Amino acid sequence: MKCRKCREKAVINMRQHKLALCKPHYLEWFVEQTERFIKKYKMFTRDERVLVAVSGGKDSLALWDVLLKLGYQADGFYLRLGIDGGIRYSDESYEKIKTFVAEHPGTQLHVVDAKEMYGESIPEVAQRSRRGRGKPCSVCGLIKRHEMNRIAHDLGYPVLATGHNLDDEAAVLFSNTLHWQVGYLARQYPVLPEGNGFARKVKPFCRFYERETAAYALLAGIDYMYEECPYSEGANTIYYKELLNKLEAERPGAKLHFYLSFLRAKDKEGLFANWEEKKVELHACERCGQPTSAPGLCAFCRLWPEDVLNKPSEAFVPLTLIGGLKTEPSEENATTS
Amino acid sequence: MSEQEKVKVVLRRQEWEVEPGMTAKQLLQHLGLNPQSYLVTVNGELVSEDTRLQPGDFVRLVAVISGGRG
Repeated sequence: MKCRKCREKAVINMRQHKLALCKPHYLEWFVEQTERFIKKYKMFTRDERVLVAVSGGKDSLALWDVLLKLGYQADGFYLRLGIDGGIRYSDESYEKIKTFVAEHPGTQLHVVDAKEMYGESIPEVAQRSRRGRGKPCSVCGLIKRHEMNRIAHDLGYPVLATGHNLDDEAAVLFSNTLHWQVGYLARQYPVLPEGNGFARKVKPFCRFYERETAAYALLAGIDYMYEECPYSEGANTIYYKELLNKLEAERPGAKLHFYLSFLRAKDKEGLFANWEEKKVELHACERCGQPTSAPGLCAFCRLWPEDVLNKPSEAFVPLTLIGGLKTEPSEENATTS
Repeated sequence: MSEQEKVKVVLRRQEWEVEPGMTAKQLLQHLGLNPQSYLVTVNGELVSEDTRLQPGDFVRLVAVISGGRG
């Protein structure tokens, strides 16, 4: 198989685009396409600071890498979950991210360690709070969302970027359609506008297949975490992705068509245009100020005992790594020069 | 006559040895894996699905699906 651009040996064939490319042309294409999606969906500009939520996996590290190559002001945010699962999952993930930061001088990584900051790892707080039927995933999602919003707000990032790819989006779309979750379908889009104290949320990789983001990470030499979170075994998302890949193997382009047709129906044909979200009166959480549907504490703040909530605000300042050098929170603005 | 060198294949903690000669796509199908869900590297380099495996090649399969509980 030959590269369409130079006729050298191709390393990847994207059947949905009828496009095979060699390594240099694939890396070039991937970066150009990311820029195209950022502009098409008006995600952010080069004047805006972008906080990239990183997990140590292929998608988030590839996204951070591409945004830096494109010259965006992109810094990272990492939540240390404290998950071991016999594979030192969180420790290994953190090592991968620190390696990435060390290789990109001048970037900043803001780290929230759940155990250090709140006294418990994610599995521990899930067990104590008895949320999630024995799995920490719902608590993990709640804490991740809260902390991403908090750090973006407190450190002045108007944009929060995640590495969601087309397979993620198609799986969510499939799930929400199976269950006719109209509210979720109405909100699903590559950009969620800012508001209610939340940063704008963007998904610059939303039109890449998952195998394309993995291929980019491999070809760009990004050392990412291959192992999955031990709690993801049996996850609905993975099951739906496998189903969609079976369809894709038989019908090249099926996943892309499914997702893009949905976006087109929303943009051009008015799908959900007259759908009105039930207006829920939002209140500011008494402790953290983030919006919550009921007066009092938000779901995140209700997770923690009083002695944690009463810690001084300095205790919740993230650790910041700059250009590979570890600094204390009070030295957050130090440089490596 | 010496036995032809096989191809070593690794996916996470699983290992196989297969005969050379098949393509990367045929290897995935032989192992019951969906080519949409895996990338194939041969001797450390990403290869396209029509790449034919040679005696002594070291193949690492990279699972591309990830995701939490939805």
